[in-house]
Amino acid sequence: MVTLKRLVLDVLKPHQPDALAFCKELAQLGPDYRVSLNVDEMDENTQTLQLEIRGESIDLGPIEEAIARMGASVHSVDQVEVLNQPDEE
Amino acid sequence: MGLLGRASRLLSISDSEGIIRRYLVVNGFDGALTMLGLIIGFLVSSSPDLEVIINACVAAAIALGMSGISSAWVSEVAERKRELRELEEAMIADLRRSAHGQAARWVPFLVALVNGGAPLLISLLIITPLWLAQSGVPLPAPPLHLAISIAATVIFVLGVLLGRIADVSWVRSGLRTVVIAALTVTLIYIFTG
Repeated sequence: MVTLKRLVLDVLKPHQPDALAFCKELAQLGPDYRVSLNVDEMDENTQTLQLEIRGESIDLGPIEEAIARMGASVHSVDQVEVLNQPDEE
Repeated sequence: MGLLGRASRLLSISDSEGIIRRYLVVNGFDGALTMLGLIIGFLVSSSPDLEVIINACVAAAIALGMSGISSAWVSEVAERKRELRELEEAMIADLRRSAHGQAARWVPFLVALVNGGAPLLISLLIITPLWLAQSGVPLPAPPLHLAISIAATVIFVLGVLLGRIADVSWVRSGLRTVVIAALTVTLIYIFTG
């Protein structure tokens, strides 16, 4: 089975929710999600972020939904790391 | 997430906690001072029937509540729509279904509720002794004097809240609002007494 282990996204978000609340919301989507965020640019209303999410099996759909729910949008998927593991019988 | 949690989240995402706090204190103070003024007015005149005083105070409390709700609603709806439009332009996206869109719809309602509810509830609290007296409950002092004491206490507490918000001496801030109330009472006595 191929699982997504690491994801780096380029995200545009409003100033609210702040970085901490934004990361916490995303980390809650998976029991082992580790989220880190780097603010690349900031203007009067928005911030451009580089968002990194690590986990045993990342599900991209709910992450994109949560990002949209917080008023942000994914500009691009910059890096991915996937692993092909044999299914355990 | 409970109702309070959701409200807190919408206020946080729209940076509205400060506005809610300000409206609570400012309009609460408005309600307390109006009731104090009314009661002093009844005290300096040949005090009419308790029922007349209660009706006048309740009518003023309802008017303050309605004024608070409608003024905050109208101004906040316009303000939130403008803010959402600006954010949508910056994000180049439709944010109506996002938390920001939800906040733009619900925050005016919350702000209006606080802006109208604070003076209404504070006014009703201040005239509680009048109701108790009317119902025949024995009171340790005349109901109008008790109502004035409650008004002074509420005004002091609102001052204390202001002091805590501004992170300055709460005693000084509380006393300052009481001095404003005393000045109001003096003016009423000068012009009507």
